[in-house]
Amino acid sequence: MTANLEIVVALIALAPFLAALIAPSIKVFAGGFAGWVLAIVPAAIFATFLGFIPAISDFSVIRVGLNWIPAYGISFSFFVDGLSLVFGAMISGIGTFIVIYSGAYLAGHPHQGRFFSYILMFMGSMLGLVLADNVFTLFVFWELTSITSFLLIGFDHSRQAARRAAIQALIVTGGGGLALLAGLITLTLITGHNSLTGMLATAGGVQENPLYLVVLLLVVVGAFAKSAQVPLHFWLPNAMEAPTPVSAYLHSATMVKAGVYLLARMNPVLGGTDAWFWILTLFGGATLLLGGLMAVRQTDLKQMLAYTTLGSLGLLVLLIGFGTKEAILGAILYLCAHSLFKGALFMVAGTIDHGTGTRDITALGGLRENLPVTFITAILAAISMAGFPIAMGFLAKEEMYLALTQGSWPDLAFLAVLIIGNALMMVVGLLIAFKPFLGPTVPTPHSPHEGTPSLLVGSIVLAVLGVCAGLATDWINTAVLNPTGGSIYNRAVNAQIHLAFDLGNPAVWASVATWILGGLLFWKADAVRNRLRRAGEAIGWTFDAGFDALMFGLIRFADRITRLLHHGRLEWYLLLMFVCLAGIIYVPLLVVDSLPALPAWPELTFYEWGAILIAALGLLAVLTAKTRLTAIVALGIQGFSVAVIFMLFGAPDLSFTQFMVETLTVIILALVMTRLHLDDVDHRDLETAVRDGAVALAFGSGIAVLLLVVLQTDLDLTLTEFFRQTSTPIAHGRNIVNVILVDYRAIDTLGEISVVMAAGLAILALIKLRADAKGKRRGRRRGAIKGSLQ
Amino acid sequence: MNTVIFRTAAPALAALMLVFSVFVLLRGHNEPGGGFIGGLMGASALAIYGIATGVRETRKAIRVHPITFAGLGVVLAAVSGFISLPFEVPFLTGLWWIFDVDGSEIALSTPLIFDIGVYAVVVGAVGAMALALEGDEGED
Repeated sequence: MTANLEIVVALIALAPFLAALIAPSIKVFAGGFAGWVLAIVPAAIFATFLGFIPAISDFSVIRVGLNWIPAYGISFSFFVDGLSLVFGAMISGIGTFIVIYSGAYLAGHPHQGRFFSYILMFMGSMLGLVLADNVFTLFVFWELTSITSFLLIGFDHSRQAARRAAIQALIVTGGGGLALLAGLITLTLITGHNSLTGMLATAGGVQENPLYLVVLLLVVVGAFAKSAQVPLHFWLPNAMEAPTPVSAYLHSATMVKAGVYLLARMNPVLGGTDAWFWILTLFGGATLLLGGLMAVRQTDLKQMLAYTTLGSLGLLVLLIGFGTKEAILGAILYLCAHSLFKGALFMVAGTIDHGTGTRDITALGGLRENLPVTFITAILAAISMAGFPIAMGFLAKEEMYLALTQGSWPDLAFLAVLIIGNALMMVVGLLIAFKPFLGPTVPTPHSPHEGTPSLLVGSIVLAVLGVCAGLATDWINTAVLNPTGGSIYNRAVNAQIHLAFDLGNPAVWASVATWILGGLLFWKADAVRNRLRRAGEAIGWTFDAGFDALMFGLIRFADRITRLLHHGRLEWYLLLMFVCLAGIIYVPLLVVDSLPALPAWPELTFYEWGAILIAALGLLAVLTAKTRLTAIVALGIQGFSVAVIFMLFGAPDLSFTQFMVETLTVIILALVMTRLHLDDVDHRDLETAVRDGAVALAFGSGIAVLLLVVLQTDLDLTLTEFFRQTSTPIAHGRNIVNVILVDYRAIDTLGEISVVMAAGLAILALIKLRADAKGKRRGRRRGAIKGSLQ
Repeated sequence: MNTVIFRTAAPALAALMLVFSVFVLLRGHNEPGGGFIGGLMGASALAIYGIATGVRETRKAIRVHPITFAGLGVVLAAVSGFISLPFEVPFLTGLWWIFDVDGSEIALSTPLIFDIGVYAVVVGAVGAMALALEGDEGED
């Protein structure tokens, strides 16, 4: 690969983040045109992706990488193949129109610049996700999409419902991400590769591994959480709290498809087994049916669309689980078709909301006069959604029905599920396309008006593309299906989709059945909705309520544990800590090992004995001290003489540090003592004194014994020798201790100083809290005095 | 503790300790010393100055809140790690530039920047703690 291509791919992943950085300033300068200006970035990325098509159409890949943490083999590596190209084109193409749409939809919103920033950050994360080669890079971007989605759902953060939906989505998708991480790590261990290209190149073999089922379940949980499969689906309808461009972009066209992407990507590595087939098809089928039924039940336009998205995601998972060539091709076609018509319909719903002030389908009617362009756009999108001929949706349905009309009876059961699900989604499409526009005019919160060009252009382009794609089957075969199918199938495929209405083909009859069923349901839509509502009320339990119960249960549990452990009695904390530490030292020694032998009587010079004597005197002074302050200072005597001993035995660095630590310990202890307003003298009754003394002796002698054990093992001098030899020539330093701290183990030190800083902050906060509470009390008292004087 | 001798000597003592702490920091790579020990000495200097002249005076003398030094220190240490990236070696690899100035060797390096970061963190965090404890309630 040429260097140029590497830079281009790296830029694709980076550009949206750079754009996010400057988006608020562009908003200030460009004002109402900010959407159009910022849309240049995704548009350019889209054009670049189109330019890649010739390079990857023969089932080859473009790979680039940048070392990140080479010690763990983690790199920022990306690759482009058919599958990532389709997703990348979808993300950037739809993203272009979404950015333009947001410019108009949120015009005048005080935080529009921030919104642009979030949505571009999301775009970058999503592109990074589908382009990532290294599985850890993939995971990082996977979680970044969860985080940006959290920011976007909670964009309207003054509303409680938006905040709740944002947190719920973050918990479900982020939690799924952790399962995915565990799965990816296990997969890395099994295959010996941590890049997707490596795993794909050596695919096969994972399925026989004893850990296969574990990996499969972990990856599937991650994918299901992201792609809102039953029973982890409840966050998606709630995510409709986000502004409409977000719903159109994240929660129908792109982010929720990340799970589908992952499953498609993993198909060669994990797919093809019974477990894969049954898990994916059963959960996918359940999601499809539930999504379809719930969608018909709703009256809010966005909720209706959200549940059909659920259904569509279920459909895609089912098809990937099915895994035949036709099923995979059908999934790819449906993936593209769905993004086009669902993106368009969401934007239509947003335009209706924007133009009338309501999204309740029962409160809308007769808008065809006032919103003619929106009406036509909605019809075009619905044609593709319902799968009428020449639309891309038709091609997708024909291919998936073809996949299911070739086999045995379970196939027919799935065919029935597919027909019912598709019919239900068709009903919703028709309802949205016709109900608000036809019939008598219904008064709306504000008088209806057509959307501005910025609001309309995206939905028009997507809807028209969705319908006309059926005419470009040759291009779809060679540019989309062959490379993408090749990536999912891991070997070259030859797609031969063509537009035909052959009555001898059973798939055509399945489509006809879908239309008839959908038409009937549409005719009786109100009755069906009422019946479904009553059924829902009869059940009376939702997954959403279950989530709440779980979360509140967790909080109550945490509260109870905290109250148990955090009772606020310092004396007991210390006692418990020291008893546990003594236990940790003595129990293994007594159970597994034996106590160390006593060391020989040391040969020391008189000044060394002197230092030891002073230390002992210091200890004696601590025990006999009259006041607490004296005891603290006496403790310092003992510490200082230990420092002197370190010095005498040739550890100047250690001794130096010990001096400083002792000094500061005494100062800080003394200061804390003066703050706590304790009695000067330490009163303890005999019983307490014996108990505390016993614990102190146990702990202190434990440390001594531990040191003896350490001294009596053979010292491994390899490291010492290594540092002695390399520290001056490599690290330019003669003080090995310091060289280790700032060079060899610098990353440990970086962690440690971060902890020191955080601890400092926490202590400051604690002291300040106390001071504030006191200040307030004093303030009140002062106020009271002032009041009494007046 | 507030004797005249202590109050008179403390500012000079604190100044000496601060200078010495920097000396200890800089010699650390070859002789006993380094950022951590130097930082502890610097923090002691702040604590002593605080006891002698009062916390308000000390805060005025250092101008910014001591915890700021701690934050800057972590940033500095992290940044010193990133310097190695453009040279295409891993994060936190030590880089050395050795100059010959008038016969004596001056060695500048990323580990030195890192050590200065450590120094700042320790001075900042421990100093902030000590000053906060010394301060009268509500004064902070």
